[in-house]
Amino acid sequence: MALTDDQMERYSRHIILKEVGAKGQKKLLDAKVLVIGAGGLGSPAAMYLAAAGVGTIGIADADEVDLSNLQRQIIHGTADLGKAKVKSAKETINAMNPDVTVHTYRQFVTSENILELIQDYDFIIDGTDNFPAKFLINDACVMAKKPFSHAGIIRFKGQLMTYVPGEGPCYRCIFKNPPPKDAVPTCKQAGVIGAMGGVIGSLQAMEAIKYILGVGKLLTGYLLTYDAIEQEFHKVKLPSHTENCAVCGDHPTITELIDYEQEVCTDGLK
Amino acid sequence: MQIIVAGNKKEVQDGLKLTELFVQEEVETPEYVTVSINEEFVPSERVKDTVLQEGDNVEFLYFMGGGSNGTDR
Ligand SMILES: [Zn+2]
Repeated sequence: MALTDDQMERYSRHIILKEVGAKGQKKLLDAKVLVIGAGGLGSPAAMYLAAAGVGTIGIADADEVDLSNLQRQIIHGTADLGKAKVKSAKETINAMNPDVTVHTYRQFVTSENILELIQDYDFIIDGTDNFPAKFLINDACVMAKKPFSHAGIIRFKGQLMTYVPGEGPCYRCIFKNPPPKDAVPTCKQAGVIGAMGGVIGSLQAMEAIKYILGVGKLLTGYLLTYDAIEQEFHKVKLPSHTENCAVCGDHPTITELIDYEQEVCTDGLK
Repeated sequence: MQIIVAGNKKEVQDGLKLTELFVQEEVETPEYVTVSINEEFVPSERVKDTVLQEGDNVEFLYFMGGGSNGTDR
């Protein structure tokens, strides 16, 4: 279908880019991105995807909006306190851009539901805050051959990497197994500067958009780290020898999804 | 000797051990930090005995959570 006059106007700053054009904008409108976690990372990621005209956005989160979320989770407002995060996120996106169809999943991701959740999407954004979820998303995306963006934020630091099947290491290539409960600090314990979610979550949206457009270099094979105190980005080249990885290697030992029993780093509800 | 740590050149003593670098760089919870030297991961069982060489390119990769909880486990 051709772009409408309104769409030509709304996306004019995209369409004028030679890397996008009307053709690229149509790709975005036809694309489906799932955002897991409507929090510090998922808020800006989902909002930039929505503004960009990504036609279908899924939002998965089981939580409700809590007062302590609002310092960084900009898709929610004060009037949304107590509301399901997925509902609040959907309302924000609907108000931003009527071109976007929002699917909401008011659930935590588990080994039982994740493969079904991700199967209809072209790209997945990991906006979760805890390691069981991060390993689950990684393993599910490796098994289902889905590209995804991993990210983490804490204090004044953030990082992200992109996994594309067959094009570089996965999260488990680097981190092997989740750390034991409380072994590494969580956001709730250690704090996080609110704008960090904006920096890193926007970069996740950028990765998704570039993947959909087929433009430029993705963070496959690299971990991009950001230190706000030093005001420095650093791109860490990851090892390319990952044939021993337990999930994406040549002889995977993890062939079923695992629900790690671990802590939740909630934003204050539990 | 000179090595590179997280992209920055550092002058360190010859024969510096990786574990000594953890202390110098104030690496938090090093047992949960993945180390790569010259773009190869250092297996966790070898961290203790790893001695750095002139020109080594060392990266520390940290666990980082953040975002919103997507699972209740
Ligand atoms: Zn892997």
